[in-house]
Amino acid sequence: MVFFQSDNIITSLGFSTSENYTALISGDVGIKPINDPNFYPEPFPASLVNTNKLAEKFAEINRSGSFTRLEKMLILSIQDALIQANIDIKSERTAIILSTTKGNIDLLEPEKQNQFEKERVQLWQLGKVIRNYFNNPNQTIVLSNACISGVLALNIAATLISSSRYDHIVVTGGDIVSGFVVSGFMSFMSLSPKPCKPFDKKRDGLSLGEGAGTIVLSKDPLKAGSIAYIGGGSANDANHISGPSRTGEGSYLAVKKAMKEANVSAEEIDYISAHGTATDYNDEMESLAINRCGLTDVPVNSFKGNWGHTLGAAGLVETAVMLHEMQENTLIKSAGFNELGVSKPLNVITKNQSAELNTCLKMASGFGGSNAALIAKKIK
Amino acid sequence: MQARIKTYCHIKDNKVYLNGQLHFESEGTLSIKDFLKAVYKHLNLKYTKFYKMDEISKLGFLASEVVLEHANNERFDESGIGVVLSNSQSTLVTDKVHQVSINDSANYYPSPSVFVYTLPNIMIGEISIKHKFRGENAFYIFEHFNTEFISDYINSLFTDQKINACLGGWVDQSAENYEAFVYWTEIDGKTENAPEHTEEQIKRLYEIILK
Repeated sequence: MVFFQSDNIITSLGFSTSENYTALISGDVGIKPINDPNFYPEPFPASLVNTNKLAEKFAEINRSGSFTRLEKMLILSIQDALIQANIDIKSERTAIILSTTKGNIDLLEPEKQNQFEKERVQLWQLGKVIRNYFNNPNQTIVLSNACISGVLALNIAATLISSSRYDHIVVTGGDIVSGFVVSGFMSFMSLSPKPCKPFDKKRDGLSLGEGAGTIVLSKDPLKAGSIAYIGGGSANDANHISGPSRTGEGSYLAVKKAMKEANVSAEEIDYISAHGTATDYNDEMESLAINRCGLTDVPVNSFKGNWGHTLGAAGLVETAVMLHEMQENTLIKSAGFNELGVSKPLNVITKNQSAELNTCLKMASGFGGSNAALIAKKIK
Repeated sequence: MQARIKTYCHIKDNKVYLNGQLHFESEGTLSIKDFLKAVYKHLNLKYTKFYKMDEISKLGFLASEVVLEHANNERFDESGIGVVLSNSQSTLVTDKVHQVSINDSANYYPSPSVFVYTLPNIMIGEISIKHKFRGENAFYIFEHFNTEFISDYINSLFTDQKINACLGGWVDQSAENYEAFVYWTEIDGKTENAPEHTEEQIKRLYEIILK
């Protein structure tokens, strides 16, 4: 079996999972107006990691060397997850999987081009920096699969552990808010002028966020009563490179594959942590997929109304919260949601509440027609 | 059950090879753009979506077209066909095109049709759309083609019965160079003569066309 051992979340809402969890319970929204021409000529809302606090936290652990903003976030995230886990990061039986869409893409900016060696913008080099920092003997497995990277990285880690390729895998992921990404999403006209409102009738686009997340997966549980990874799947819509399927086909298939591997029926699923970007098409598509899977009544939320779409970190930080909701038997209100605005009924969580959470589903979808899902279960 | 590599394609240095044999060669040395256009014409593809792709997506798309012409992939359920590709440069060539469009605030022209190609898995999306592949996807970045990892990962997907067949390989483009090696692997008792899907064989086939 494959177990979730520990995790960390770094976003605008805090530098640990517990800080973030507390903020989410309070309904905090880290998406704030940004007025910085380095990102975009006009003001726009985004969820940014606190720069001063990042420097402060990093100074506490860093012995030497200079690191990019993203590297600092990833290193801090891994460090915190490792402290809570029971694995040896220096063992040949431990691998690191890095999930990122654009890595150190800010190093392409003219004023940053000479700050680091030119390879530093390469994703494999980012993997090497992380691996060297922690003295891990294995080449970092870097996955760049758009917005499903985080969930897919967890699926891959589980596959590699269950086939005995590795005993433990540190799955880490992150992306920064940059001029590169903001301008791109702006050109798609997919950013909301206000903090995004997943699944809401008045939703009008996504909010960008930055962050890092880490989840340690292992063949060994950390303690009795741990949560296990019991199934996952990915599927392509085979429909469009930048728009989701109109029928939810790929998302439906990914969830079905995960349920099949996990050997669970729709009735057994207690909660869904959706992708919920708050674009018109994504949320509509997810409602169709959830409906087709027979999960219409299952409580569902999205955290993107709290900390935006954190791209390569999204699947990790959102799964980490799901695991803590399971531990606390608590469902967290879906931020930004007031009135259902998708064509199929959904049980969107409108207030924090207690619930027995044993088997839970995480969904993700992204550009390239990609979709992924995973299922976690409490082992008694 | 052992997966086997049924067919494979190399594209590099203005040449296309099918199963190690020269399949197409351009007249004279062309730019990557013109060369890929010549390959497209040679393959007699009528697929207008090709023209809007960036170069690295075209490269991966054409290599997969050459492979799939000989793979008889129609025998497989589409949701069990995986696409697992990798490279070293991600989409850096296209990333720089997008970056140039935003460097000057007086001349600011980011384009969604460029930006969408700044994700390496878009290539997987293009291949999947053409052939309606709906299986497992993953795009990995390694400094060099990591035949050990790619073989381990795809074989694990076979073992877990998540796929019945898969396109695998390496599709890379830098400012100076380009290279594609794409293969089709499947579990099929009738192809005993085909090379086994192992690290050793992937490496051997990849290196058949010398650098």
